[in-house]
Amino acid sequence: MITLSCEEVRREISNYLDDDLSPSMRRLLETHLEQCRKCAVLLDSTHNVLVLLADEQRFELPAGFSVRVRQILAKEFEKAKR
Amino acid sequence: MQNTLVKESENDRVIEGERELIADILAGNHERYYELIAPIERRVYYTAYAILRAEADAEEVSQEAILKAFRGLRTFRGEARFSSWLLSIVGNEARMRLRKRREVSLELLKSPDNEDEYTPIELAEWREIPVEALAQKELAARLEEALAALPEIYREVLILRDIDELNIAETSAALEISVPAVKTRLLRARLMARDYFVSRSWARHLGFGKAQP
Repeated sequence: MITLSCEEVRREISNYLDDDLSPSMRRLLETHLEQCRKCAVLLDSTHNVLVLLADEQRFELPAGFSVRVRQILAKEFEKAKR
Repeated sequence: MQNTLVKESENDRVIEGERELIADILAGNHERYYELIAPIERRVYYTAYAILRAEADAEEVSQEAILKAFRGLRTFRGEARFSSWLLSIVGNEARMRLRKRREVSLELLKSPDNEDEYTPIELAEWREIPVEALAQKELAARLEEALAALPEIYREVLILRDIDELNIAETSAALEISVPAVKTRLLRARLMARDYFVSRSWARHLGFGKAQP
């Protein structure tokens, strides 16, 4: 049976996280992950960092940002009416 | 990952809802443009900030992009989400401003977009990050640090894809680079962001410790 090297797995980690692999490649990769602790750890840790990043609520807007956007748009709407 | 199908049908619903909203705005109900903007203000600002690293500039560019999108709303074809369109406008505006702001960037010279293999730091074990262990404020600051530490081309792709949650095609359009280039950069960016955490001593008690030889 064809197997993947750790380097090949590493190259596909991002695509795997995006669910962007062919079914056969996916199977090969998962077989490798079951047997290779090192690559499984790499996958888990990378995934976890992405989970932390994905919560956009963590990133704050400057105070008054929305109010200022609305003021500028209100002016624009006035112009658009004319 | 496993929710791809659910996400896709949700996506269609969002696009459909936006189409109606946009038709209404174009018919003269301008105030409803706020409804279109409100859910993505944060991402708009953060995309500009990620590229410009200066609050005042990021706010100005956000405002310009929001105005530009309003003025050009008629040209938005509604094949994708409004958010991806607006975010690509913000990305372009921010990068244009950045180009004006500096001559030749040292950072760009230092980060060639090559195909060289990137070797991530090896770990022996991994435990789930107990998020509660880090105060939310501290975590936000650490994430900002991690992003700031990335070379620009990797920071951009990571933000558009993993914070703004644009898909690969949308990210490719926003950055004006090919789909394979997005994937190559994204792999590198994700591994680098991960290594940033892995190599910090403050993260060690969170289970990010380096592998023992």
